Amino acid sequence: MEKGPGPDAVFAAKLAEGVFEIQKCGSCGTHVFHPRVICPACGSADLEWVTPSGKATVYARTVVRRKPERGGDYNVVLVDLEEGVRMMSRVDGIAHDEIAAGLKVIASIGEGADGQSAVVFRPEGGAG
Amino acid sequence: MSLRGKAAIVGAALAGCGEAHGKSAMEITVEAVHGALADAGVSLCDVDAIATCQPLDMLSGLTLAQELGLNPRFTMNNRMGGSSFLSHTLWAAMLLELRLADTVLIAYGSNQRTASGKLMTALGLPTYEAPYRPMFPLSSYALAADRHMTQFGTTREQLADVAVAARAWAQKNPEAFVRDPLTREDVIASRLVSDPLRVRDCCLVTDGGGALVMRRAETAKDHPRPPVYLLGGGEGTTHRDISEMPDLTVTGAAQSGAAAMEMAGVRPSDIDVVELYDAFTINVILFLEDLGFCRKGEGGAFVESGGIAPGGHLPVNTNGGGLSCVHPGMYGIFTLVEAVRQLRGEAGDRQIDGAELALAHGNGGVLSSQVTNILGSEATL
Ligand SMILES: [Zn+2]
Repeated sequence: MEKGPGPDAVFAAKLAEGVFEIQKCGSCGTHVFHPRVICPACGSADLEWVTPSGKATVYARTVVRRKPERGGDYNVVLVDLEEGVRMMSRVDGIAHDEIAAGLKVIASIGEGADGQSAVVFRPEGGAG
Repeated sequence: MSLRGKAAIVGAALAGCGEAHGKSAMEITVEAVHGALADAGVSLCDVDAIATCQPLDMLSGLTLAQELGLNPRFTMNNRMGGSSFLSHTLWAAMLLELRLADTVLIAYGSNQRTASGKLMTALGLPTYEAPYRPMFPLSSYALAADRHMTQFGTTREQLADVAVAARAWAQKNPEAFVRDPLTREDVIASRLVSDPLRVRDCCLVTDGGGALVMRRAETAKDHPRPPVYLLGGGEGTTHRDISEMPDLTVTGAAQSGAAAMEMAGVRPSDIDVVELYDAFTINVILFLEDLGFCRKGEGGAFVESGGIAPGGHLPVNTNGGGLSCVHPGMYGIFTLVEAVRQLRGEAGDRQIDGAELALAHGNGGVLSSQVTNILGSEATL
């Protein structure tokens, strides 16, 4: 294994610069997220960073219900990227109740809970 | 070599269920131990292996040994969440069968209700989930419920019927913490927390503890109460964080249940009484499917309109479950204690007539760890 920061730190550093990348296994071709040291499909350590298309489909969603004085409702989704990996995220630019499994979305870099960079999604075609 | 029928639970007890004001988690645990040893007619100094899991104490096995003044030959502290205790019974059976131990004690206790009033956990949000602020663990189960509804047409009413059935059983159990009437309409009108789950879809927050004493089958009848034999067990681990669960509609119970039933030599239709870890209403639907009591996607119809309530086609969570009886953070050991009571015929108004074969099932993490135990009376050996 190479010296230097591990895959979590590499991912975070890229994200902080506005770059969203996932890993791809050089041995079996499987895309990998979250970032890992070895490929969970074949065990190879030959993982390289690649840029995903950003296209994804909502797999499941929930809306956390909060009173307006506590910040109001917000959605939490699981999305499946076109490359075959799943991640938790949020869909912006659409009413919470209109988000459902099957919705086509596209990735961008937004803001997470503590103001840090986070991968978020918007409906494909810019609806809303 | 099979573990089928090689070890038995010879003592079981609960302690501090509901509210145990002024008591620590370990004090509740030790009260349960005291009760289980008395129930088994075993003296403390005969215990030579212990198992526990306490969410806030990384070294809880050592703490328990210290509290009991024991120097055990084996201390099991494996921590997979609420399913841990159903794994402890399997390891206990292995130690007993290999004669590495003669008397194994399994124990748990929590004071989370009187100490904090909410789930007490040392777990933080996972790195790749924290930016999106899911409620832990509620939103994970909400996502699973949403997916089940999308994929199979499971309805809001069917989820509610799980909670209604649990309450109906609780009304037959004087030890249950909440026994007020509960209707489907009450559940659906309760506060929405994380869609589609509402307050009444969620388990209680109570104090409580439980303990079990296990011995080899050959000596199990030397104790005051009828032995309850461990006939089979199995585990399944599919992920830790919900965003890593391969299919939100299929849990590791499919693996753990099949392994447990194969070891026991039984089928789902043989089981008389079922005790499932019902942290949320969706759990029961998922586990009934994955354990083979109905087909995948048909769990909603299975629980609808009293299917698992008293008088239904399958008695599930006869004590009232985590939804209405007791839920101090890790419910797993309570599935075992209720199964023991049913198989000994001690369950009072909620007793299932002629119960000989029980299934107890624990869930850990966020549908992450699944562990199944099949337990039987002497007639099933
Ligand atoms: Zn690979």
